[in-house]
Amino acid sequence: MDDRPEGENPVPQKSAPAPSIAVHDLTKRYGATKSYDAVKAVDGISFTIAPGETAALLGANGAGKTTTIAMLTGLLIPDSGTITVLGEDMARHRYRVLGRINLSSPYIDLPRRLTVEENLAVFARLYGVENISRRIEELAEELNMGNLLRRPSGTLSAGQRSRMALAKALINRPEVLFLDEPTASLDPDTADRIRTYLAAYQARENATIFLASHNMVEVERMCTTVMIMKDGRIERSGSPRQLIEQTGRSTLEEVFLDIVRECAAQ
Amino acid sequence: MTGPPSTSRSNAHFSAGRIGAMVLRYTYILRGSWPRIVELAYWPLMQVVLWGFISKFLATNSSWVAQGAGVLIGAVLLWDVLFRAQLGFSISFLEEMWSRNLANLFVSPLRPYEFVAALTLMSLIRTLIGVVPAAFLAILFYSYSVFDLGLPLVAFFFLLLMMGWAMGLVITALIMRFGLGAESLAWIAIFALAPLSGVFYPVSILPDWLQAVSWALPSTYVFEGMRAVIFDGTVRFDHLLRALALDIVYIAAGGAYFLHIFHVSRRKGLLMGIGE
Repeated sequence: MDDRPEGENPVPQKSAPAPSIAVHDLTKRYGATKSYDAVKAVDGISFTIAPGETAALLGANGAGKTTTIAMLTGLLIPDSGTITVLGEDMARHRYRVLGRINLSSPYIDLPRRLTVEENLAVFARLYGVENISRRIEELAEELNMGNLLRRPSGTLSAGQRSRMALAKALINRPEVLFLDEPTASLDPDTADRIRTYLAAYQARENATIFLASHNMVEVERMCTTVMIMKDGRIERSGSPRQLIEQTGRSTLEEVFLDIVRECAAQ
Repeated sequence: MTGPPSTSRSNAHFSAGRIGAMVLRYTYILRGSWPRIVELAYWPLMQVVLWGFISKFLATNSSWVAQGAGVLIGAVLLWDVLFRAQLGFSISFLEEMWSRNLANLFVSPLRPYEFVAALTLMSLIRTLIGVVPAAFLAILFYSYSVFDLGLPLVAFFFLLLMMGWAMGLVITALIMRFGLGAESLAWIAIFALAPLSGVFYPVSILPDWLQAVSWALPSTYVFEGMRAVIFDGTVRFDHLLRALALDIVYIAAGGAYFLHIFHVSRRKGLLMGIGE
């Protein structure tokens, strides 16, 4: 993680591996209308994430986390700034990258009339996965959802749907995995299993995981880097331990609440 | 051990595999819901039953209809080709809107033009499911076979399909831009063209100024061409060529508009349901 001052160009170090994600001066406004002014959802953020790192965006609702993830995955075009994922400029060459990344988000869903297996089979084909049935079996076993494969997605509980969404996000063995609130709908036991699985996946594949979360325990446990967003800007960043020590607080949650309440007071 | 996706395959600019994946996705829906298959065939069947009996009545009371047996049934069947082609295209797109799946699709290597190709194939499949049973019903009930139109029928069919796809491109683009509030366009927009296309009457009965609009529609040439085959036994190749030329222009314009709106949607955050 490198949070340079705004306007400073990233200078790659000779010995450091190329970052999985490099963002420079990224800005996104949602357009003004007659009824309301433009909303600056993301305001000139810059950072880099190394391969194999787990990074988290923290922030109150509307801080810009989902907008940032949408831009990183190519779903949203920034107003300005640059995004490089796996060495490719997302503005010009995103199709060189999309087969190597994936996303799970509560803002999107999978077709409810299809069974879990059918959904996974469709996305396996879209990603060009070989030996599709084997890959689906692997994921079903790893995510403990073998008994769900034949069920229509619409009949699943919220927690089961989260696991299905995660299975879809892992179908292509992504090198960079974007997760928006990955364990929000899961009971503590299942959430813990998912975190353990993601850590094992990351270690096995040397994958980069970039997540947005409100769960401080999750972030403290999983992430090597945390960026706390407020009003579209990154207010603080560092490892969970660094943030706690810098602010003199005892938990990451206290650090987060300080920043959010400071925002509310202003 | 399964390997990661082949980079060359996921980087390919055009992938039959990805188009096949999308067709498979829509086939799963059809296969898993028999009411949907019944619904596809239901309206064309009802149209044929209704217009078949009207034709029978008019055949004994109208010299124009009596000259060309089955002209109304043929018109109904061909009109349904246009309607089903447009609706089949739009409904497959709406499935993604209804299930909030667009972002999943477009964070994958699926290109927008591959998506359009899949919607087009599904439109063809849905149209065949809808219209073919109705065509056979017309033979059974009224001894009228639209297949008697011969080879021109194939041309009529594809010319109307192409027009339906052009309309589908514009309608889905509008739905992508304005959301499900524009969904009704998929159901009603085509009917605005029915009076102009001369489906059940010659274009010559329209006012002069409206005839100019009418001749800008590929469907007009198809229905005039159908009547030429039925009444005169002639194939109007000039009509077929003009319809084809118009279809190509409209599909190119519709495709460009779809891609433009796709870009606008990425700029405004519409694919993920965030933003404006």
